[in-house]
Amino acid sequence: MADEVLTQIDEKVKKNKVMLYMKGTPDFPQCGFSAHTVEILKSYGVPFASEDVLADPTVREGIKRYSNWPTIPQIYIDGKFVGGCDILHELHERGELEPILKAAFGK
Amino acid sequence: MITPEEIKDTVSKAFPVSIIETQDLTGGGDHWQLIIVSPAFEGRGLLEQQRMVHDALREAMRTERIHALTMRLYTPGQWDKLGS
Repeated sequence: MADEVLTQIDEKVKKNKVMLYMKGTPDFPQCGFSAHTVEILKSYGVPFASEDVLADPTVREGIKRYSNWPTIPQIYIDGKFVGGCDILHELHERGELEPILKAAFGK
Repeated sequence: MITPEEIKDTVSKAFPVSIIETQDLTGGGDHWQLIIVSPAFEGRGLLEQQRMVHDALREAMRTERIHALTMRLYTPGQWDKLGS
């Protein structure tokens, strides 16, 4: 059972150029950090998929094990774990997020 | 719930810290913002730097004594450039 959720997560992370695990949905985020993350991603106008960890406790726990990262939101770009809200914010401010997204969608 | 003293103490035992500031975001003692300046961040990427802090506070995070954690991490050089 436990590994099933990891497989599920792995498939989504690899299938979507940008995959966001968050609390709530992009239109109704349930946490300030998730809301800020959505705001940053939306500012680039790129499509992204998301999953609400509040809807499924096994995903909420599974995603933490998948990345060995204890907090949510978690952002994956091009199959790779990028970080949480702080890191996305930092990359955005440094101008480093755009090239990462361009590289992901340029493929 | 955790005290700022315990956060500072735990982190500085894990790696050398030149500045550590804590802010209780909600007054409840479990949502924290940390500013940390450490020479140990030198040469490490953003993910790796945050992992060092997570590792230091692992027990408190696992037991939800810390429920939310946001941080700004700097090397001494980056901190000086901020003009602080």
